[in-house]
Amino acid sequence: MTASDIHRAIDAIWRIEAARLIAGLARMVRDVGLAEDLAQEALVAALERWPRAGIPDKPGAWLMATAKNRAIDQLRRRKLHTRKHEEIGRDLEIEQETVPDLDAALDDDIGDDLLRLMFTSCHPVLSTEARVALTLRLIGGLTTEEIARAFLVTEPTIAQRIVRAKRTLAGKKIPFETPRGAELAERLASVLEVIYLIFNEGYAATAGDGWIRPQLCEEALRLGRILAELAPREPEVHGLVALMEIQASRFGARTGSDGTPVLLLDQDRARWDRLLIRRGLAALERAEQLGSPAGPYELQAAIAACHAQAGTAEATDWIRIAALYEALALLTPSPVVELNRAVAIAFAFGPEAGLAHVDALASEPLLKSYHLLPSVRGDLLQKLGRLDEARAEFERAASLTRNARERALLLERAAASMRPAADR
Amino acid sequence: MRYMMIVKGQELGNPPQELVSAIIALGEEATKAGVMVGMGGLLPTAKAARVRLSGGKITVTDGPFTEAKEVIGGFTTYELASMEEAIEWTKRFLALHTEYWPAWEGEVEIRPMA
Repeated sequence: MTASDIHRAIDAIWRIEAARLIAGLARMVRDVGLAEDLAQEALVAALERWPRAGIPDKPGAWLMATAKNRAIDQLRRRKLHTRKHEEIGRDLEIEQETVPDLDAALDDDIGDDLLRLMFTSCHPVLSTEARVALTLRLIGGLTTEEIARAFLVTEPTIAQRIVRAKRTLAGKKIPFETPRGAELAERLASVLEVIYLIFNEGYAATAGDGWIRPQLCEEALRLGRILAELAPREPEVHGLVALMEIQASRFGARTGSDGTPVLLLDQDRARWDRLLIRRGLAALERAEQLGSPAGPYELQAAIAACHAQAGTAEATDWIRIAALYEALALLTPSPVVELNRAVAIAFAFGPEAGLAHVDALASEPLLKSYHLLPSVRGDLLQKLGRLDEARAEFERAASLTRNARERALLLERAAASMRPAADR
Repeated sequence: MRYMMIVKGQELGNPPQELVSAIIALGEEATKAGVMVGMGGLLPTAKAARVRLSGGKITVTDGPFTEAKEVIGGFTTYELASMEEAIEWTKRFLALHTEYWPAWEGEVEIRPMA
């Protein structure tokens, strides 16, 4: 193997081993920041040794042993007089002597440690961007450079974000543990939020963004799947995974040959990834089988599943979708949810019914400058043959959007509603 | 990116139970790592058939193919960031054969999927 071959192999090994390595170390030294530093030192040692000595048979165990040795050295060198550090140092030495099979030691509690690591890297005391960067770094095993490229910022920006995050966790003495009881729901919501944020960042990527940004979708999916295995009795985890799998299934159909976005109802369903749809439906079933009333991710996944299971746009079960949006609106009321619900109602029960629902939203202060409201209204009016009103709504929508392409499309629809139906 | 790993080798009869258990454990590990997305085991070639096109003629041969140098043993599908990761997981899979079925020789072909 050439030097660069070995480096790429080491990068691959890192992505496989990093999370478990850092999690195991974090349990031992009780400090996520220190754990990551030790893991990085082990990586540096690997980059120095393996090109000459070859890659060891059990690279994960090698990295862990190296990191632990570093930890012992550091704690001795620091000569910190706190009992805690003496204890940790002593525990590590005892472990080194009495646990020859490092792989077994790694596997025993590693699931628990990985879960603790996810909760810690997503702690609400950190800003959202810090949580995202830290999670991608600690669990995803991404390099600072990869994270920077994915979020279109500079490498020093991400490096700083991570340093500050580690400092905050240490400063606030955030314990390395899995939350329980009343705290669990809120902390879990924080983890799911981070994962879905990463997914959406990747999903929003356009054709010109190279491979790293769409790669974020796969990264988020991987994080979600890992969490589903670590916390299998949490329905919203399966709900989120289901939602991401099904949304990701449409990736290949989202853009036309000229790069313009294609709306879901216009997409070529033959290009939907059936493997991901199958996985998404299976995850949704796991969520549903856990019995509790569906949470927001599960509901959104169920809506996505309705589309995924329709062979054609015409075959869509709009009545079910409308009902699901009604349930979702009760849990997470928002302009987008209400509008989507109106669209579903229109498809299910006719444009008049949809219009009634949209009109009920007209006085909503949050929707005053939301361009999709007049856009949907215009669409329904057009279907009802009320063309003058439709044109006015499309023009109003065009004036409210800041997106040039969207404005052009809306003005085109305004003009089109002036033409006789046959020409539209 | 999606990769398919296709195991090929001589058909040496049933693999030892320890190897089967170890392969299942590796599969669980890969699932827990969020990277294995599919797999398929194949029944022995006694139940297989080969349809060949050669010189404009199609011939059908029924299994078993125990004389064949290379028979497909199974396949798995992973979602990974790089071919190097696929190679690393494959090395771990083959290391299980070295440990539990040293008589076996063969190879895994890794193909990125469209």
